[in-house]
Amino acid sequence: MTFAGWFTIIAFAVILTLLAMPLGSYMAKVYTGERVFLSPLLGRPERLLYRLLRAEEAKEQDWKAYAKSLLIFSLAGWLLLYVILRTQNAFFVPHGLNPLEFHSAPWNVTFNTTSSFVTNTNWQYYGGETTMTYLSQMLGLTVQNFVSAGVGICVAAALIRGIIGRTGKGIGNFWRDIVRTVLYVLLPISVLGAIVLVSQGVIQNFSSYLTAHTVTGLTQSIAMGPVASQEVIKELGTNGGGFFNVNSAHPFENPTAFTNFFEMLLVLIVPAALVFMYGRMTGNRRQGHAVYGVMMFMFLGAAIVAYIAEAHGSPAQHAAGLHTGAIHGSTGGNLEGKEQRFGIAGSALFDVVTTVTSCGAVNSAIESFTGIGGAVPMANLSASEVIFGGVGTGLYSMLLYVLLAVFIGGLMVGRTPEWLGKKLEAREIKLSGLAILITPLAALFATALAVASHAGRASVSALGKGPQGFSESLYAYLSQANNNGSAFAGYTGFIQPNAGNIGAHGVTFADVLGGLVMLFARFGPIVVTLAVAGALAGKRVTPAGLGTMRTDNTTFAVLLIGVVLLVGALTFFPALLLGPVVQGLTGHLY
Amino acid sequence: MRRDIVTSILAIVLFTVLLGIVYPLVITGVSQVAFPGNANGQKVYVNGRLVGSKIIGQSFRRPVLEKNGKPKEEEEELVTEADPRYFQSRPSATEGGAYNAAASTFSNRGPNDEVTKEEDEANAKEYLELNRPYDTSLTVAQVPVDAVNTSASNLDPEISQANAWIQAHRVAAKRGLSLTEVDALIAKYTDSRGLGFSGERGVNVLELNLALDRLNGGTH
Repeated sequence: MTFAGWFTIIAFAVILTLLAMPLGSYMAKVYTGERVFLSPLLGRPERLLYRLLRAEEAKEQDWKAYAKSLLIFSLAGWLLLYVILRTQNAFFVPHGLNPLEFHSAPWNVTFNTTSSFVTNTNWQYYGGETTMTYLSQMLGLTVQNFVSAGVGICVAAALIRGIIGRTGKGIGNFWRDIVRTVLYVLLPISVLGAIVLVSQGVIQNFSSYLTAHTVTGLTQSIAMGPVASQEVIKELGTNGGGFFNVNSAHPFENPTAFTNFFEMLLVLIVPAALVFMYGRMTGNRRQGHAVYGVMMFMFLGAAIVAYIAEAHGSPAQHAAGLHTGAIHGSTGGNLEGKEQRFGIAGSALFDVVTTVTSCGAVNSAIESFTGIGGAVPMANLSASEVIFGGVGTGLYSMLLYVLLAVFIGGLMVGRTPEWLGKKLEAREIKLSGLAILITPLAALFATALAVASHAGRASVSALGKGPQGFSESLYAYLSQANNNGSAFAGYTGFIQPNAGNIGAHGVTFADVLGGLVMLFARFGPIVVTLAVAGALAGKRVTPAGLGTMRTDNTTFAVLLIGVVLLVGALTFFPALLLGPVVQGLTGHLY
Repeated sequence: MRRDIVTSILAIVLFTVLLGIVYPLVITGVSQVAFPGNANGQKVYVNGRLVGSKIIGQSFRRPVLEKNGKPKEEEEELVTEADPRYFQSRPSATEGGAYNAAASTFSNRGPNDEVTKEEDEANAKEYLELNRPYDTSLTVAQVPVDAVNTSASNLDPEISQANAWIQAHRVAAKRGLSLTEVDALIAKYTDSRGLGFSGERGVNVLELNLALDRLNGGTH
């Protein structure tokens, strides 16, 4: 461990907070329909889009209408993406956009991939540069990176409107929300971010793969492509699907330690800003600060544990006689599966940033993390992505926990639970309980199926290697159920003997189970969350009295941390013990 | 319902045009004008020949030749050995030979895996055999981890400074240069940390090796 390593973690938390506050205020204006500084530029295209879409953007929707628009829009996106991916080498695709003449991946892999990108998961059973054409990456995957992220933010905005609503059943209008999210939030930051990335060395071209002749007489083939435009939204939308197989470890996606820092900020900026936006929209910024404090506390805890574990080195390194402490000119540590330019701190922090959110991008091989280092991302996933979480999903999931904490707090002090002046009743509590349980249920059920069946075990690469094999399976379904997308990458659902997909086939069990888990654990909670928003929207507001339990102070923040940890621990502790914890406690090699 | 379906179809088509065509093309246009070198992958040419990308790691091993002068192959892969005149990159386990930048991949070696230990041991042994003749006090405990562990991308363009300083003994001896000259070049091609604190310092292997060749001639 080094001073620079610790400083990186602290500096990141500070800079993130300083950037997220103004963005949160800006976004609050975007979702309450106020003018912002971009309105003169974007007002006209916005109105044009509404006209072309024939959307009744001015009409308030109740939760059912909102959910219906959202689901049908997602279904349309699913169908289009599936068709694009399955026809990537069809006769009408120009050669320049498929320079290596890649065939399409088989149906089962495409089912998984399509479900993955539409649900903002971006789990990848394929390697980008050996499977996807430039056209598929741009027209299919990049577009879903934007709109699936947008859908998540819409739900968070709708839930906040439900919480503060005083005028009946309306929770906003889906079409207005999605258009404004894309135009006012995601697109402007993406344009600026992509240019920053290119200025640091991320590539953006349409040339064919290069062939280099090295000075020692070898040849090297180098993949190319329009990377920057996809890279930026991959982070900003907490998507995480890499242009290349090794994702943000690839020097063309993440060339320097600066881009690494910048990309981490891109991942967390919107989830963090949404918390401040929540404070603004409820008219009491301290509400946002309390939730932000809870998230930041758990985030820093995870980062510290991961950094210490990885700096310590792995049992395999020690058994081979290596010295893993810092020496002059090298920081040591578990550098297996990590890049020199990021180092241990830059890799551990990136790993935590992308697993507390639903980003799932990786700049190091999680499979090669030490037992405890690998337990950190799994614990983050077990907390159901509420530590900042995915764009939108993180905030709305956390707010459901807030609701639960208010209820539990109310029971403890023996008062009717009230939240921001609204009485919480059986319906909301039942619904939030349901929403909170869908994801763990999907994750554990699928893991059980996968480890107990022959078909499931076919995907495990570390079979017979002690806890690692179980960890691979658990991580796969935890990640897909939480719509995260990071992986113990040894777990496979796609056998691809050669680049270009000729002779490739998918592992149907893993592909289909994973795809269904992602769809269920994404849209299930969304519908239930919108129902909560609807139930809250119709309630009368009563002024806070002496007996009201406050939700904007430290006491409540501690209670909230307790509820999140308790639900996560009760649900996942046995499973985590079987995999990473056992591995972290032993120096044994398998 | 019907209205939702029509709007959904229109929306996904319009978003596809805006975000899938207009946006990437605008970014490509701006990048190609403002940062053409970066946008095209920081290609490095020597005497008009493309030798690689500055930021993509590559192998500095050379093909082993059979007695008849042809490159030796085993199982359709070239047999290679470290070229002692060059700094060696980190170990790489991409398919189809090391540093295959058309198919990046993680090694996925587990922390408690017997295979990981064996790979580490083999890499450390090779490193010692290559460098100990020129730095006789070198022991396995002094081998920097980056010289033994594969990177995440398996395309890491950098090695640690400690790794470079050890290899400098060999490279200096093989090229008839003084250690001071080689160490000066290492310092020249060592990156600084991002923002002054983020990440680790590393030495760009390709740039360093090409600078050596400019100093006293390449092998090819």
